[in-house]
Parts: sequence; structure tokens; C-alpha cells
Amino acid sequence: MSPNDIRTAFLEELVKVAPDIEPDAVGDDDHIQEDLELDSMDVLNLVTALHGRFGVDIPERDYPQIATPALAVTYLAKAG
Amino acid sequence: MGVFAMPSLGSDMEAGTLIEWLVKPGDTVKRGDVVAVVETQKGAIEIETFEAGRVHQLQAKLGQKLPVGAPLAVILAEGEDAPTETAGLVLEKAVPVSESELPAAVSVAEPAPLVRQFHTAPIPTSPVVSRSGDPVASPAARKRAAELGLDLSTIQGSGLGGAIQLADVENAATKAPALPLPASVTEKADVTSSPADEMRRAIAAAMARSKREIPHFYVNQTIDLSPASQWLEATNADRDPGNRILMGALFVRASVLAAGSAPTINGHYENDTFIPSTPVHAGIAVALRGGGLVAPAIVDADELTLDETMSAMRDLVTRARAGRLRGSEMTKGTITISALGETGAEAMSGVIFPPQVALVGIGAPQRRPWVVGTSVEPRNTVTITLSVDHRVCDGRQAARFLAKFETSMQSPEAL
Repeated sequence: MSPNDIRTAFLEELVKVAPDIEPDAVGDDDHIQEDLELDSMDVLNLVTALHGRFGVDIPERDYPQIATPALAVTYLAKAG
Repeated sequence: MGVFAMPSLGSDMEAGTLIEWLVKPGDTVKRGDVVAVVETQKGAIEIETFEAGRVHQLQAKLGQKLPVGAPLAVILAEGEDAPTETAGLVLEKAVPVSESELPAAVSVAEPAPLVRQFHTAPIPTSPVVSRSGDPVASPAARKRAAELGLDLSTIQGSGLGGAIQLADVENAATKAPALPLPASVTEKADVTSSPADEMRRAIAAAMARSKREIPHFYVNQTIDLSPASQWLEATNADRDPGNRILMGALFVRASVLAAGSAPTINGHYENDTFIPSTPVHAGIAVALRGGGLVAPAIVDADELTLDETMSAMRDLVTRARAGRLRGSEMTKGTITISALGETGAEAMSGVIFPPQVALVGIGAPQRRPWVVGTSVEPRNTVTITLSVDHRVCDGRQAARFLAKFETSMQSPEAL
């Protein structure tokens, strides 16, 4: 997958968790908790969805590495 | 013969709008079956029957707004013959209330930002499905379709399992010519308040009543969270994301164990009397994205393991956001747990949800100096504040609850 494909997929899963988020309005450096206001249950649901979609088992200590779209693209590209 | 009536889904609910029947005449129902969906200020709620038998007649029509207590259906006990006079008798009482007879707080609302919650479908552990075979649609989509005069069965859904979402209705509206609107629908068109406003009003009414009637007092204690944090980290390290546990589940489990050991904390206060509850139905305060709060209960939480508690919370939060909570979940709670989350304020003294008599407020964990033996160490700590109804309970019992909570959190493997 290209970085752009990964970014699109990440945003798709993000919006499923929090449908009020406009994917076009999400910046590469927006923090999913501080800026987009996901709570811990939302983050767990996002990680579960990414696990299903990319087959990547994101351990808790790696959560900071998917905290923004930019970080997540790098992380998922490396892990996948 | 039982008359299935519009239930009260909260101390301040006056009316609800029937939006879906999940049974038809002739169907057999048992106690606890979901038979209808009612739109309230707090979203769409699935209504269960508390009578077993056969559905004889559906009295209320879709889209009808009815006061609490209005008959919705007639359910006959097994072997019971159909009554002859029922229809007229019940229909007379089933006349829907008009907008003008209702207080402003129960007027029907237009979709607004909060509605976006209703078509959420995040990783549901139990998918939102229609039991009746009707198209599965979010309440916002349903409402919009009714406003536009569109038949849901003609709309292709793009949500989970083909569920029709608000956007699908909007899309369909641009293609399909509108049908003439039924009278009950056109009445709704001139109402201005949004679902967010409605929910704010419901919260305002319940909280104002609580502070008016309940003499609150508060006890709090800061506890060492390190044993729980370390245990949780080690436990989750070996698990797939779908099986991981959140700290919030440990807080709920510790609260449930503490409530089970403190009979004057767990129950309802009604008609100047406290009715203690043996089961613990743990209300979970769920913040909705876009504003508002609901506190549905995990029913019989005292019978669940920690993993089951986590699953139940996940399911409850998902359904709270999708607008598919059950009536019993809205009314059965015997104590509520409200947590501020991972970051933010260190303590919260919460307002009790009537008719309950206690609320557990959990602050965001903080790194603080902690005395261990004779030295001071940095530790993760959390401050638990128990709000209690002084009509029912005194400081000693409240303190005992906190002591039990702390003990449980120090041995997380036993939760």
C-alpha cells in the first residue's frame, strides 16, 4: 500500500469510530485524543479496527506512534 | 391480559415517540423481549415487555408521540381469549397528546450535530439489527426520511450491515420525488429545538431535581494506581486489541464489589423510602461526542468477571452512541460510575442520578509523590470521590465503600 492509501484507510477507520469527524478536515499532525477528542474506548476501537484491516497487532506501548495520521502512516507502513 | 404501556425511561420523561414495532399481532413474546423502539430526549431506546404471552393488538402507530402510561399494545397471557371490548377501551386512552399539551421539553426535534452520534457504527460487539425485518436505519435517518416522506425500504443503506444512515436518506432525497406527508409528520416540521438541546434539557431536569431533593455529601480518597497499571500493562501485552481491558473496567469492577458490600449505597430512593438492591446494576456515564451524556446500566454487573465487564462496557458505549439502548438499562441502575478519562482534572464530585443514592466520581490519574514504607516514590495515583445521599447513608458507610474500592484496586488480579 502507498502512504496515501494507508492514510485514507486510517481516516476511514477513524471516522467509523467517530462519525462526526470530517475526514477532509483532519490534519496530518492532529492528535487523535488531544485534537480529535477520542477517549480511551474510541482509541481501543480504532486499534482493534486497524488490527483487523492491516493485520498489525499494535501493542499498547506503541499507541503514541499512531497518535496522528502522519505518525500512523509511518508506523503502519513499517509494520505492514 | 396485559396492556403494554409507554414506560417511563427516566424520572423526568413525560412522553416518547414510537418509531419502530419489533413485533406484530400473533407473535409470542417472553418477559424481557424487545418489542418496540421509542425516541426520547436521550435518543432511541429499545423497550422490553415485562409480560409474557401473545401480542393481540398494536394500539399505537409509528410516529405517534404518547405520554408515559399510554397503552401501546395488548398482550394476552398464554391460553387467554381475545377480549371483545378492548379495542375501543384502549384506543380511547391512546389518543396521542398534541404538541400544545406537552411541555416544551418533549417537543420533537430536528436533526442537528448530536444526531451524528446516531449513525455511529464503531466495531459493534453486537451489531445493530432490526428484529422485525424492517430496514435497519439510524434514528436520525428515520426522522429525516419521515420528514421528507421517503419510504425507508426504497433506500440503499451504506452503514454496517446495510444500515441506512442520514447521508443515505439525504442522497435518496435528491433522487426521489417526495410522497405526500402524513399529518402526524407535517406537524413536526415547525419545531426548532435540536436533539442536543433536548438532551441538555433532560440532563438539566434530572440534575436540578437531584440537587433540589438529595442532600449530597462527599467522601474522597486518593489511591495508589501502580499495582493496577502494572497488572493491566502485563495482561494487555499478550492480548489482541479486541480482548484488551481498559482501566475503566477495573474502576467499574472495583465499584461493583464495593457496592455489593455496602447495602446503603446500592439501590433506589423512592417515596421517602430507600429500597436496597441485592444485585448491582452499574450505571456507566457515557459522554456522547458532540455533547450530552447518558448513563445506561450494566444489568447484574455483580455476576460478571472483569473480562465480561469490559465486554459489557464496550457493548454499552457502542449502543449508547448508536442510539440503541434498552429501556431497562435506562431505569435499572442502582449506582453510577463516572470517570473523567486518562487526562484532565484530578477529582470530580458528581451529581447523583435519581432515584439512585450514590455516584462514584473518578478523576484522571496523576503522577504524584507517594510514601512507601519510609521513602517517597513517584506513583500513578487516582482520586475517587463518592457522592452519597445523606437521607440514606452516613459517612462511616461511605468511607467503608472507598476502603473496599482501594483494597480491590491493590489486587487487580482478583478483580
